[in-house]
Amino acid sequence: MTELNTLTIAAAREALAKGEVTAAELTEACLSAIDASGALNAFVHNTPEMAREMAVAADERIRQGRAAPMTGIPLGIKDVFCVRGVPSQAASRILSGFKPEYESTVTQNLWNAGAVMLGKLNQDEFAMGSANETSCYGPAVNPWKAANGAPLTPGGSSGGSAAAVAADLCLAATGTDTGGSIRQPAAFTGTVGLKPTYGRVSRWGVIAYASSLDQAGPMTKTVRDAAIMLGAMASSDPADSTCADLPVPDFEAALTGDIRGKRIGIPREYRVDGMPDEIDALWHKGAEMLRDAGAEIVDISLPHTKYALPAYYVIAPAEASSNLARYDGVRFGHRAKLAQGDGITEMYEKTRAEGFGPEVQRRIMIGAYVLSAGFYDAYYNRARKVRALIKRDFDTAFAEGIDSILAPATPSAAFPLGSTAQDDPVAMYLNDVFTVTLNLAGLPGIAVPVGQDKAGLPLGLQLIGRPFEEGDLLNQAHALERAAGFVAKPERWW
Amino acid sequence: MSITKDEARKVAHLARVAVDEADLPALARDLSGILDFMEQLNEVDVEGVEPMTGVTPMRLKRREDVVTTGGMPEKILSNAPDAREGFFAVPKVVE
Repeated sequence: MTELNTLTIAAAREALAKGEVTAAELTEACLSAIDASGALNAFVHNTPEMAREMAVAADERIRQGRAAPMTGIPLGIKDVFCVRGVPSQAASRILSGFKPEYESTVTQNLWNAGAVMLGKLNQDEFAMGSANETSCYGPAVNPWKAANGAPLTPGGSSGGSAAAVAADLCLAATGTDTGGSIRQPAAFTGTVGLKPTYGRVSRWGVIAYASSLDQAGPMTKTVRDAAIMLGAMASSDPADSTCADLPVPDFEAALTGDIRGKRIGIPREYRVDGMPDEIDALWHKGAEMLRDAGAEIVDISLPHTKYALPAYYVIAPAEASSNLARYDGVRFGHRAKLAQGDGITEMYEKTRAEGFGPEVQRRIMIGAYVLSAGFYDAYYNRARKVRALIKRDFDTAFAEGIDSILAPATPSAAFPLGSTAQDDPVAMYLNDVFTVTLNLAGLPGIAVPVGQDKAGLPLGLQLIGRPFEEGDLLNQAHALERAAGFVAKPERWW
Repeated sequence: MSITKDEARKVAHLARVAVDEADLPALARDLSGILDFMEQLNEVDVEGVEPMTGVTPMRLKRREDVVTTGGMPEKILSNAPDAREGFFAVPKVVE
C-alpha cells in the first residue's frame, strides 16, 4: 500500500469509510513524515498529542457512522490561525509566547468536521512576503530543488503550507491569501491553492494583515480536495460582519468535468514585459486544453491591471498599519525591556522595533505615511478609487458573459532562497503581479499545476472566477487539472 | 516623491517604531523607493470615481445591542507580559 501520508483527502476518505485504514494510522504516517522533515522548516509548532487524541475521536466517529467528509483527515494549519492553547504568532517575534484563549472559526469548523490538527506551519511574518523569508522561524524550504541543488523558496506567504503539502507531511493545509499568498506558493510547489471569494470564509481568529483583502482557503494535492476542504472551512459567521450570509453549496458536486460552452477570458494586459517564454507557452497550452475540453477561449481586456500592484501596496500597508497597532506590548506577546525613566511611548516604540521584522516595519510605516494628514487623499483615497476601477474591469468582463479568466499564477518558477534583493522591496512586490488584482476585486482564484520548466520545476496557471461561484470555478480547474495530468513529485532529499 | 531623513523620523514615530538615528537615511531611501512605485497611480483618471470601501455590495450586518460575552478576566489577561491584580500593568503614564 502507498504510504498513507501521500494520500489525497478523497482517497483517504474512501479508505477510512471502507475501514481499510484508521485516522490513527493516517495521523502516525504524517507525524513520522513531519519528524523527518526538519530540513524543510515547514512545521514550526508540532502538536502530536493533540493529533493523536483527535484521531482517536475521529475513528470513534467513523465507527458510529457519523463521519463528515473531513473526518480523520490530518491537516497542517498556517501559523496565522488562532488555535486555542497552541502557539499562534503569525511567524512574528512580537507574538512570541502567545497562546490564544479562543479558536478561529475556520479551524473550529474543521475540527467540528472531524479533521486532525498536526501542527502550525511556517509563513512570512504577518503574511507579508512572497518568499517565506520574513518569518521569525527562518524560511521554509521548497521540497523541489534547483538543478544545481540550490534550496528554493516555497513562495509566500503560505510557504510552510505549500511545502508541507508538496512533501506529503500532511494531506492538506490551510492558507491565507491577501495578495497571492495561497496561489503563488501553490504554483511554486506543484500543488493546488484556492483563494475563495472575499466573505466566503470567516476571518474571525485569523491574525489580520489587511482586512479588506485577507481570505483563508485550502491548499491541497488536487482540485477535488480543495472542493472538499473549502466545504468544511466555509460558513457564515456572526463574529465576522464581512462574512457572507450565504449557504455553503456542495462544491464537490460541481466537479462534473463538463465545461462545454464556458467562456474563458484571456486578458491581454497580463502579457507583461519580460515574462519568460516558458510561462507564456504554458499559458497558451492551458488555453488549448480548456478549448479541447469544449470551452470557448475569448480575448478580453482588463485595462487597469498595471495599476493593481501600486494600489495594493498603498491599501494593504494602510490597513496593516491600523491592524498592527494592537501590538503594543500591553495585552499579549513581547514587551521590550525598558530603561530607567522610559515611559509608555518608549515602551511602544522599543517593543515594536524589537518585535517586528524589517518588512513589517516598512509596511506599517508606509501605511502610517499614506494615511497621514496631507497624504490621505493623494495616496490612500486615490488607491481606493483605482481599486474601484480594477473591480469594474472584472465586472464588465463578467457582464459580457465571461465565466472565468485564465492567467499565469506567477511570473517565474520558484527562485533560490536569498536571491531577492533585500535592499529593493519593490522587486519582491513584483512577484504578486498576476495575483493581487483579484484580491482587490474580492474574486475567487485557484492555482493549478499545469507543467514544468526546463529545470523540472512546477509551473501553475490561475483561473479567476465570478464572485461566490467557487463551484463553477473548481469545475473548470478540475478540467484543466485533468487535461494537464500533472503528476510529478519532488525527489526526496530532506 | 523623496522622503527626507526628518520625514522618515516622523513616520517612524507615527508608526511607534524606534529607529536608530544612523538607520534613518536607509529607511528614507526605502520609503522613497516604495512611494516612487506608487506614483504610477497618478496616471489614472479617477475623476468621478467613488473610493471603494468594500468588495461585496452588502449592507453591514446589524446585530442586537446586547452583551454576548464577558466575565473572563483571567483569560483576557493570560497572555499579558505584565498583569497584576486583574489589570494590565504599564509604565507610569501620568506624573
